[in-house]
Amino acid sequence: MAKELWEGNQAIAEAAVRAGVEAFFGYPITPQTELLEYMSKRMPELGRTFLQAESEVASINMVYGAACGGARAMSSSSSPGISLMQEGLSYIAASEVPAVLVDIMRGGPGLGNIQPSQSDYFQMTRSAGHGDFHPIVLAPATIQEAVDLVYESFPLAEKYRTIVIIAGDGSLGQMMEPAEMPPMRPLLTEEERGDFAVRGKKGREKRIITSLFLKEPELEALNHRLQAKLQTIREAEQRWETYQMEDAEYLLVAYGSVARTCKTVIRDAQGEGLRAGLFRPISLWPFPYEHLAKAAEGKRAILTVEMSAGQMLEDVQIAVRGSLPVEFYGRMGGVMPLPDEVLEALRGVAFTHRPLQTGVESRYW
Amino acid sequence: MVRGTVAIETDRCKGCELCTKVCPQDILHMSRAAFNARGYRPVELVDPEGKCTGCALCALMCPDVVLTIYRYDSRKVLA
Amino acid sequence: MTDENRLTPAEIMEHGQVVYQRPDALSETLTHYCPGCTHGIIHRLIGEAIDELGLKEKTIMVAPVGCSVLMYYYFDVDAVEAAHGRAPAMATGLKRTQPDKIVFTYQGDGDLASIGTAEIMHAANRGENITVFFVNNAVYGMTSGQMAPTSLIGQVTTSSPMGRETKLHGYPMRMAEIIAGLPGTSYVVRRSVYDPKTIRQAKKAVVTALKAQMAGLGLGLIEFLSSCPTNWHMSPPDALTWIRDNMVPYFPLGDFKVSDEVKALG
Repeated sequence: MAKELWEGNQAIAEAAVRAGVEAFFGYPITPQTELLEYMSKRMPELGRTFLQAESEVASINMVYGAACGGARAMSSSSSPGISLMQEGLSYIAASEVPAVLVDIMRGGPGLGNIQPSQSDYFQMTRSAGHGDFHPIVLAPATIQEAVDLVYESFPLAEKYRTIVIIAGDGSLGQMMEPAEMPPMRPLLTEEERGDFAVRGKKGREKRIITSLFLKEPELEALNHRLQAKLQTIREAEQRWETYQMEDAEYLLVAYGSVARTCKTVIRDAQGEGLRAGLFRPISLWPFPYEHLAKAAEGKRAILTVEMSAGQMLEDVQIAVRGSLPVEFYGRMGGVMPLPDEVLEALRGVAFTHRPLQTGVESRYW
Repeated sequence: MVRGTVAIETDRCKGCELCTKVCPQDILHMSRAAFNARGYRPVELVDPEGKCTGCALCALMCPDVVLTIYRYDSRKVLA
Repeated sequence: MTDENRLTPAEIMEHGQVVYQRPDALSETLTHYCPGCTHGIIHRLIGEAIDELGLKEKTIMVAPVGCSVLMYYYFDVDAVEAAHGRAPAMATGLKRTQPDKIVFTYQGDGDLASIGTAEIMHAANRGENITVFFVNNAVYGMTSGQMAPTSLIGQVTTSSPMGRETKLHGYPMRMAEIIAGLPGTSYVVRRSVYDPKTIRQAKKAVVTALKAQMAGLGLGLIEFLSSCPTNWHMSPPDALTWIRDNMVPYFPLGDFKVSDEVKALG
């Protein structure tokens, strides 16, 4: 298939369709509404289920119901809507049914604004809901990457019976770029559906899907199972990208749209003789701690850049364990940092952590 | 002639007494002496004169499916 | 056999027929409900209807949060546990992706009329082809007796110790009437289970509602006026009388919406 020009939200929607999604339940919220609108036309075209629910609360519970029945189901929303979904995400995680969610982050907290932001990193990666769990969180930086990650997200969610969140921001959702769509995947057959699925107890014992375990030993056992699963995911599903690491003295760490800005900054910095590389986490959870630590070896300092007050920053600090200075530059409130201000910050970091000078002659003042 | 009887799963009974209030023959009574395995006073069928008709009103009221109702209808047997 | 007028119970059991026994759709598990709780009666009616209509193998049940949160242990059908109030949304997700299955929710007055009001209104408004069993006992049972949206004026509960006052707490909500006003519904009725007559009428309504779903006629809802002996601080028989004398005058029994297609089902 050739590349076509796609809007981010619509590309994500079409990628999900190609991936075999059977049901989309969502609610309008800027800046992801185009995803819902695209689905409202495309899903009925293919005889699949689409419903604009009465709220994000209802949306995630519809996803939960459909997923319990073994259907490939998804929703999408943006920051305040994701907050409304947290209860449902916790239930889905505890019940161990697969689901895919797209989070196109916007400025917050509160009603905030509709501009791009990365201030929901904690919300998504720490657990996305109450209780001990982590969804898999994948952060694309281009529309093509978003398409590829969405296409993979359903089999990934089903493999581990967990939630996969595609973490974008308003600029990724709204921008237009060329992208190539993957082939249309056939829908799940009855045999391919998970053996947890409630589809009527024909020829078998009944199945119950619940997240309620009143007896402490049972709930503790569930939690151990979930933690073991998360450990398996940690070992198998870390993703990251590095850029211009050869001879780099300083390391920029950024994800999503901000990583793109950082690539420009790195190229601009080279012109000044300032050598920096980029470490771009693609899986925000599981975060590639060891790989980041390796990339940071021998560097003078790290500059973490985010559209937030510093959330991924904490994971960067954990990764390098104080072995080198970790500085931060961020913009909040829906503001996207421009290359020149990030370059300014990088210059500051380079100056603060400049190599010690030896053999300096005393100078007359 | 219709005769009925009630089989009581004594350990299911929670002593709620609802069945005793609807029995038209007044032959269901809460035990005054016995407790069941759950610590409730269960219902007992006290029907020395064979008055039970198997009307099943007791089973209709019972929230815990304690009662299984049998009915012997001589007309059906002879037919 | 001895004289027919003197049959022993054993002989009656041997030569007679079983006219009532546990429905197959109910499991043998003894419920955790309080003595005399009408959940048991309503569960039984639903189990009987599932048996009569042959639905056990194609039914998916959505359990609520409330006293009946563990109801999936008491039925022998596939089941899911919903978050508080969200059962109609889960049911929507299930029914829309598996339209050939029978999907029902079972919800108390907190689940349906408080936290879940949006979900039931919109499921009804969309005419989701599901069945909703709404158990109204005017109090929050599981959490030990707080005021419910359906608690009566003047009713003393643990969170309305001076009795419900309209100025502070609003009026009890008549959900059957409200839901019946939405065109997507096909069968919205209020029944009770306080005596054999009302129980039989409730049973008929359960069968009709499930038949309406089988025929794809839109949302069916039955509101059952129910008792909570424990949190009403009454004996079970007195609690049933309280329904008749206090709840029925405010929440009248009857049919609020019966579409022509449902009538035609017979």
